[in-house]
Amino acid sequence: MFTLRHVAKHFGDGMKALEDITAEIPPGSFVALLGPSGCGKSTLLRLLSGLEMPSSGEISWGHTGKPAPGEIGYVFQDPTLLPWANAAENVYLPLRLRRESWSSAMPRVHTALAQVGLEGFEQSKPKGLSGGMRMRVSIARALVSEPALLLMDEPFAALDEFTRHKLQDDLLALWRRTGKTVVFVTHSIYEAAYLANRILIMTPRPGRIAATLTPNLPVGVERRNSPAYHALVSEITASFQRIMPA
Amino acid sequence: MSKSVERVAPFLFGLTALALWQGAVWMTHTPSYVVPGPLKILRAFYDSRTALGAGLLSTLAVTGAALLASTILGVFLAVAMAASSFFRAAIQPWAVILQVTPVVAIAPLIIIWVGQPFLALVVCAVVVSFFAILSNTAAGLAATPPELLDLFLLNGATRWQILFQLSLPYALPFFLTGLRLAGTLALVGAVVAEFVAGSGGFASGLAWQIIEASYRLQIPRMFAALLLLGAAGIVIYAVLGVLERVVLTRRDGA
Ligand SMILES: Nc1ncnc2c1ncn2[C@@H]1O[C@H](COP(=O)(O)OP(=O)(O)OP(=O)(O)O)[C@@H](O)[C@H]1O
Ligand SMILES: [Mg+2]
Repeated sequence: MFTLRHVAKHFGDGMKALEDITAEIPPGSFVALLGPSGCGKSTLLRLLSGLEMPSSGEISWGHTGKPAPGEIGYVFQDPTLLPWANAAENVYLPLRLRRESWSSAMPRVHTALAQVGLEGFEQSKPKGLSGGMRMRVSIARALVSEPALLLMDEPFAALDEFTRHKLQDDLLALWRRTGKTVVFVTHSIYEAAYLANRILIMTPRPGRIAATLTPNLPVGVERRNSPAYHALVSEITASFQRIMPA
Repeated sequence: MSKSVERVAPFLFGLTALALWQGAVWMTHTPSYVVPGPLKILRAFYDSRTALGAGLLSTLAVTGAALLASTILGVFLAVAMAASSFFRAAIQPWAVILQVTPVVAIAPLIIIWVGQPFLALVVCAVVVSFFAILSNTAAGLAATPPELLDLFLLNGATRWQILFQLSLPYALPFFLTGLRLAGTLALVGAVVAEFVAGSGGFASGLAWQIIEASYRLQIPRMFAALLLLGAAGIVIYAVLGVLERVVLTRRDGA
């Protein structure tokens, strides 16, 4: 269980990015952090990664101390691949940094690439891949160290609608298969409603948690057209109408 | 216009200009110590080929050595400045001062201090050229995407891993641009230093060919040396440009 207790983050110039965030991330859940631009979603994700310390409050990763190398998988808005390395080398990177030999890492690199549907593209450099495929490599890179927590910061925001839908579906399938704990930042109500089984709705700056929803939508192709999905979108929209300044 | 016509167009233009030049010199009976015609210059090339060739080689040797030294010095300083903000603050103003001081002004001092003439020329050319490599490499090191830095830190990367597997490879395109600029700058620095050294009695390089030809009023030979210098500059720039393209397409190409 990952927990945040009264977490606040203030930056040097007195800017309050986050205030009094208390939340639980149960193992195996798919949590969406949903809020308007600038409300501190990325900041909260960086706190969860252990890269940054809260100004006050506590974060627990289910053990004492900070996350170990490889315990956190991180996917950024841009794929941020090494342009000179091919897909396999890019996925190998986290393991190489922890000094694993290529021969011992190779099976996991291939498994990670297969999990995102990129068998056969091991040798392709980023320049030769489409935007959607680059994002798949980036996800494989985050999965390869079998992290306890997968953090994703608007990973599909720069993709076209068709590619985005495909990657959302594949991510959901992957999550069901592996049982990973995912925290997914988005500013799209539709994306949060479609993906998550736990939605944290954040207020404009300073970010607080205004509401937590735990929807339970049908699984499978009918989800995007299901009445439950549309009702959820309306419910989230209504709660933003309450918290956003007119 | 078709591609092949476009290819030959510059040469056609050049040849026409040369023909007009030669014709004008003939018709106006301009003496060759004022403006020599292209044929006279060609003749001077042939007559002084040994001296010109030796001069070119000597200038290129200084340029090459300076480029190598500038690369080592520039990259080393850029890495040190990226690693330590104290070092950056300490070094930056001095690097800029060295950069804005005209090399002609400090060349006599360098020649006296260094003593060994070849080395003195190299030092002058380094003074002119290393800043291009330093500033471009420093910009490249600063251009490392912060997300990748985070990714490296999340996986427990050491400073050396960050330097050699992330920052330096990311700076490579910037470094290569700096190298291309530094190539022509080193040539300019070498020739300026040769001029200063030549007037102090150390005769070497293309600069000396120009000085000597002017003492003897051999204007065609002067033109020949100048043309050689220009051609050397263009070739250095072109070769380093090709190197840049080849290295980057081989590395990042699909
Ligand atoms: N290192 C920092 N120093 C100072 N201010 C910062 C820093 N990082 C973030 N901020 C500020 O904190 C606030 C929240 O930023 P954050 O990036 O977390 O928002 P966000 O919700 O991710 O926005 P977006 O949807 O646009 O990505 C912003 O006003 C931002 O300017
Ligand atoms: Mg953000």
